[in-house]
Amino acid sequence: MLIGISLISFFIMHLAPGDVTSSESSFNPKASEESRQKLRELYNLDKPVIIQYGLWVKRIAQLDFGNSFASHQKPVLWERTDKSGNITKGLIQESLPITLMINLLGICIIFSISIFLGTLSAVRQNTWVDRSITLFVFIGFAIPGFWLALLLMYWTGVSNQWLPISGLHSLGYQNLSNFDQFIDLLKHLILPVSISSLSGLAGISLYVRNGMLDILHQDFITTARSKGLKESKIVFIHALKNAILPLITIVGLSIPGLIGGSVIAESIFAIPGMGKLFYDSVLMRDFPVIMGILTIGSFLTLIGNLLADIGYAWADPRVRKGLVK
Amino acid sequence: MIKKFLFSNFIAIFISLIFVISCSKDTSEVIDYNIEFKKSSGGSLINAMAGEPSNLIAMIAGDSASSAIAGNIFNSLIKYDENLNYAPDLAESWEISNNQKTITFKLKKGLQWADGKPLTSADVLFTWKLITNPNTRTPYASDYQLVKNAYAPDSLTFKVTYESSYAPALDTWTSLHILPKHILKDEDINNTFFSRKPIGSSFYKLDKWVSGQQVTLKANNKSVLGAPLIEKLISRIIPDTSSQFLELTADNIDVMNINPIQYQRVFPARKDLQQKIALYKELGNGYTYLGFNLKKPPFNDIRVRQALNYAIDKDEVIKGVLLGLGEAISSPYKPGTRWNNSNLSPYPYKPSKALKLLQEAGFKKNDDGILMKNGKPLKFEIITNQNKQREMTAVVIQKRLQEIGVDVSIRVIEWASFVNRFIKTGDFDVVVLGWSLSLDPDQYNIWHSSQQGPGQFNFLGYSNKNVDKLLELGREELNVSKREEIYHKFSKYLLEDSPIIYLYAGYGLSAVHKRVKGIKNPAPPAGIYHNNYDWFVPEPLRRNEISAR
Repeated sequence: MLIGISLISFFIMHLAPGDVTSSESSFNPKASEESRQKLRELYNLDKPVIIQYGLWVKRIAQLDFGNSFASHQKPVLWERTDKSGNITKGLIQESLPITLMINLLGICIIFSISIFLGTLSAVRQNTWVDRSITLFVFIGFAIPGFWLALLLMYWTGVSNQWLPISGLHSLGYQNLSNFDQFIDLLKHLILPVSISSLSGLAGISLYVRNGMLDILHQDFITTARSKGLKESKIVFIHALKNAILPLITIVGLSIPGLIGGSVIAESIFAIPGMGKLFYDSVLMRDFPVIMGILTIGSFLTLIGNLLADIGYAWADPRVRKGLVK
Repeated sequence: MIKKFLFSNFIAIFISLIFVISCSKDTSEVIDYNIEFKKSSGGSLINAMAGEPSNLIAMIAGDSASSAIAGNIFNSLIKYDENLNYAPDLAESWEISNNQKTITFKLKKGLQWADGKPLTSADVLFTWKLITNPNTRTPYASDYQLVKNAYAPDSLTFKVTYESSYAPALDTWTSLHILPKHILKDEDINNTFFSRKPIGSSFYKLDKWVSGQQVTLKANNKSVLGAPLIEKLISRIIPDTSSQFLELTADNIDVMNINPIQYQRVFPARKDLQQKIALYKELGNGYTYLGFNLKKPPFNDIRVRQALNYAIDKDEVIKGVLLGLGEAISSPYKPGTRWNNSNLSPYPYKPSKALKLLQEAGFKKNDDGILMKNGKPLKFEIITNQNKQREMTAVVIQKRLQEIGVDVSIRVIEWASFVNRFIKTGDFDVVVLGWSLSLDPDQYNIWHSSQQGPGQFNFLGYSNKNVDKLLELGREELNVSKREEIYHKFSKYLLEDSPIIYLYAGYGLSAVHKRVKGIKNPAPPAGIYHNNYDWFVPEPLRRNEISAR
């Protein structure tokens, strides 16, 4: 499976014209074509694609993701220590934690708010509460994130100076105590995380709402009601448990999404995450980095699917016993 | 209702958190930045850049972010002074032999690297060997490969001998950063920690580089000039220019490059910004042009090229695209420098003359008002890369050419595809592109008829025997006034032949917070950053480092 994915991505990548020597800054009369040809040879870019793929597979078999072309041989995946003890950090190693942190926070916020909103609108179906929630999540879904981001940056950063505008840390960050560093980071994350969460609310909350409506009309709920259980207990204990089961699949499927960042959001907020890394490497035709990210992404997708299946079986006894498919 | 209760709690905590951590700053009192301040050293300058430097060894990096930062860390043998004349940098003096083939550089005495080790001519020789080594992954080797012999007879002397006299030689030594031999001699230059932890000799040294976020430089008091006045130079990496602008207006950064809209529309409308931010403009060393594929009809006909030149209103382009912040040019050199032939003037906007020339070339208008020749319409495609200004330029041109009956379409292409699919193969009609050039007038690589191979820079296919001869002469002539004459003639041929239509040379626009003093205004020919050694931030205006975001 992984081999197929990597083969396809490798060839598609090489279909695009150009390589790392044709960046805009190398279109400079001082840089001669001979020296660019020499660079191509040094990077093995003059060899046929199939041989380049062979070389790549050979390296990857030893879990060596190689070095980036564009950013001066920085390792793609993990840090490297040279003989005199200088550490060069890997590109993915630097970007991944930042993206993971933002996306994990985002997912937690999306799920907690969506479950609440979805349940609320299912219980109050067809009332003004339901309608305004639906309206709100759809506005959140439809609003262009970069536009809202700039407005909020202006409002909270320039005219009021409540929050920092961009970046991850303040200047002089290293002089702060650990707790202040944490608060500082949190302040920098409020805007990016809330903006990226806003667009995710719509899908999940409607999912919960519909699941909830289905369950609320089922016989066992009627039974529970006729038993005289409190409504809150019915909704939150009996119904919700069943309604959020399908969400496990969604969580599993969103695992590969965890390592992908949004290029636009990362550019606006000046966050050095995975989205920007991938985008820049595509523009620079930095093949080792592109392949590194794609391989890790596809690996995580496979893992995510597996985890979703296992999680489903764990949560739902009917699946475990093979009663439903 | 447990869940609901928890949730409302959560919201309450969240909101109160926002209020707690957004400890609002005091509303800053109005500071008068225009009074005299005492010069003092210390403080910091924060600027914004769009991209992260790829590495700090300039001969291997190609991007502008890298060279901007490396330029503050490393020295070359010589440099340009504010009027773009050669000036001493590491070399105290230099001498050109009578046969014009040997240059002898004398280094200043007592030079030191930032780590305290002495800097000698052995380092210079080492750097030359490094850049000409075939295993070094540099695209810039060709200029230095022309050196036949380089040697360092004593610790202060560095001598190079060229095969034949090479006029741009001095210019090439202004851009070669001298690297420390004692650190790099056993390193693989293509893969070394040094590119991220450099030791240089200039007045700043690297303090800290946080990947993707910021690069901090601090003053290096071991440099030949001593420590600069501003102690810390912080470059924040902010890819989006609107975010940069918000940071500037919120006082979080001091310097950024702005665009014509911000310069001409935003700042004049905002009194509060004018009070604290100063604007500078300087003519850059590049220009934007419309270039013809000279191998393709009808562009091999000089009358067609001249006609199209008359049909394009350059002032309109400058007004529309740059909001007036540019100049029309008539030679490929920066206006105001000695290489620019001031007797030449751009083709004026004369559509009637354009039509006349096209008629001479055999084009006639058909019933729809389209120019036709031999049953074929005058129709072509302008291609350009994803650059907003170039796209807008193409649109303005399209409209003007349509008026005289030329059918023009526009296509915008991503850079790498643009170069490999269209430029290298010669599969294009007309391009809108720009050149940004070094300060030496030599343009052999762009205009000599021998430079037309795939990947070479005369991709338009220009060939003119007189120009070839002038370019060859100009490369060998070291006498400045004779060279000037040669390049003035060259510019005249180029303007007449009209292989490209000069559209504009745009101004580089910078916004600098008024707390930064010592900037020359108006900008000298070398630009405002030229004297950043003398910039300072007066003590009362410095920002409090910890509260700064």
